[in-house]
Amino acid sequence: MNIEALIPLILFLILIFGVGIWAGKYVQTPKTFLNEYFLGGRSLGGFILAMTMTATYGSASSFIGGPGAAYNEGLGWVLLSMTQVATGYFVLMVLGKKFAIVTRRYQAVTMVDFLKERYQSKWVVLISSISIIIFLFSAMAAQWIGGARLIESLTGLNYTSALFIFALSVLIYVTIGGFRAVALTDAIQGSVMFIGTLILLIATIIAGGGIPNIISDLTAENPNLVTPYGADGTLTATYVSSFWILVGVGVIALPQVAVRAMSYKNSRSMHRALIIGTIVVGFIMLNMHLIGVFARPILPGIEIADTVMPLIALEVMPAWLAGIVLAAPMAAIMSTVDSLLLLVSSTIVKDVYLNYIEPKASYERVKRLSITITAVLGIIVFVLALNPPDLIIWLNLFAFGGLEAAFIWPIIMGLYWKKGNKNGAIASMIVGVGLYILSDSFFPQPLGLHSVVLPVVFSFIAYVGVSLLMPITQKQLQK
Amino acid sequence: MRKDAMEMKDHHRKIVNREALIGVGLVLFNFIWWFAFAYGLGGKDPSEYTYVFGLPAWFFYSCVLGFIIMSILVAIVVKKFFVEIPFDEEEESQ
Repeated sequence: MNIEALIPLILFLILIFGVGIWAGKYVQTPKTFLNEYFLGGRSLGGFILAMTMTATYGSASSFIGGPGAAYNEGLGWVLLSMTQVATGYFVLMVLGKKFAIVTRRYQAVTMVDFLKERYQSKWVVLISSISIIIFLFSAMAAQWIGGARLIESLTGLNYTSALFIFALSVLIYVTIGGFRAVALTDAIQGSVMFIGTLILLIATIIAGGGIPNIISDLTAENPNLVTPYGADGTLTATYVSSFWILVGVGVIALPQVAVRAMSYKNSRSMHRALIIGTIVVGFIMLNMHLIGVFARPILPGIEIADTVMPLIALEVMPAWLAGIVLAAPMAAIMSTVDSLLLLVSSTIVKDVYLNYIEPKASYERVKRLSITITAVLGIIVFVLALNPPDLIIWLNLFAFGGLEAAFIWPIIMGLYWKKGNKNGAIASMIVGVGLYILSDSFFPQPLGLHSVVLPVVFSFIAYVGVSLLMPITQKQLQK
Repeated sequence: MRKDAMEMKDHHRKIVNREALIGVGLVLFNFIWWFAFAYGLGGKDPSEYTYVFGLPAWFFYSCVLGFIIMSILVAIVVKKFFVEIPFDEEEESQ
């Protein structure tokens, strides 16, 4: 790997550090520490909100394989990825102003805070905290491995050193800057992804001799590549449509997404974010996956899907430009990792420690604890990523679906349905997660649907059914 | 549940509920557009495909045009139907 491509990447990392240190200044005032460190003081404007949302959704797509899968499956995979356009407007519209107002009134800083106040139940808090810690911790570990592999392939360093560099850069600015630093760097990273994927797409089209040429090359190789059904016809309409739940509307229930929906300043920021977010999400998804498909005739025979982006960038562009553009996938991974890290640590400090272990802890103590736990978590993930155990990889595979099955109804129905209660919420979480794990292990595609769909349906029935059958009496309410 | 915690001023509740329903409506429209063009036009044999800007017609209408339409729709809906309400107001009145 040559120096020319490495310099832009390093400059990019330095820029990120700068932002982290600058944002760290806001965290000084002790009274508002929790609100500031985990939520950026609820002061995000429209552009930053749109970008931090986009960068967070982007992680759901790297979870489904991204450009590498598009390279293998053809236009059918781009069709599948376009289900994510919906997240750009759906999440903010449906959680919406109601969520913003209610979480402010509850003074909720995390998603679990909201569930705790809404349902007033120890079990709801414990089950949801445990799901978040287990699922997101695994998701995070898998992302660290990805980040280290990318640095490894760019620098030629060995895996351990690459992992070390990655871990250090993430930890430094998350521990210093908190949510505001993460949101601001998400904005930079979102912009890099936006411009980077556009430049790379154009360069790829030119290298392939124009779109009609590329499409006829693809048709000549395998006509299925230009159909909606994938390279060997296995992407059925039912299966692809169920991604509307997994990476489209279900994303609403991911804690890292929900927490962003309580972080904005006012109605105006939300309105701007809706418009900007929809455009940016759709644009990045379309470009990124088209690059994968168009790369196929130019560089046939790539076997490791994750290397499609770096290889095509180095093939069709001058090295220095490739370096800048490759900052995009790097950006995507880093922003996922740091938001997850912050979320897991906020769950431990805020939802478990402050609720059940030491409710009267002083601000100084909470602050020290938050930063320490964030750092300790980072170190544990680092050690795990050095030699990843199978359990982590297995858990990561269904982290997102599991969280969606657990939280989608307790959040949405909790907001919009008065009769929903803690019994319904607990039943819904248990049915959702339990059924999802069972279905994923034993019936991977029931009725041709993705395994997340049925658990979401049944957890809805459980929520409504149990809420109605086991209502909370007036007496219990007044306690 | 904390007493009155979920209560909101009546006209505010109408606004937030309507905006959430608009979100659901947009998703349904988005899904139908996406599905109809992708599998309506793309279900044929590839040799019968027509092309727009070099891309297969199903892909162009479903993914490229669909995305542009959704962006415009969201912008119109937000500008025309979304109402700015203060988030802290209820707290002050308590």
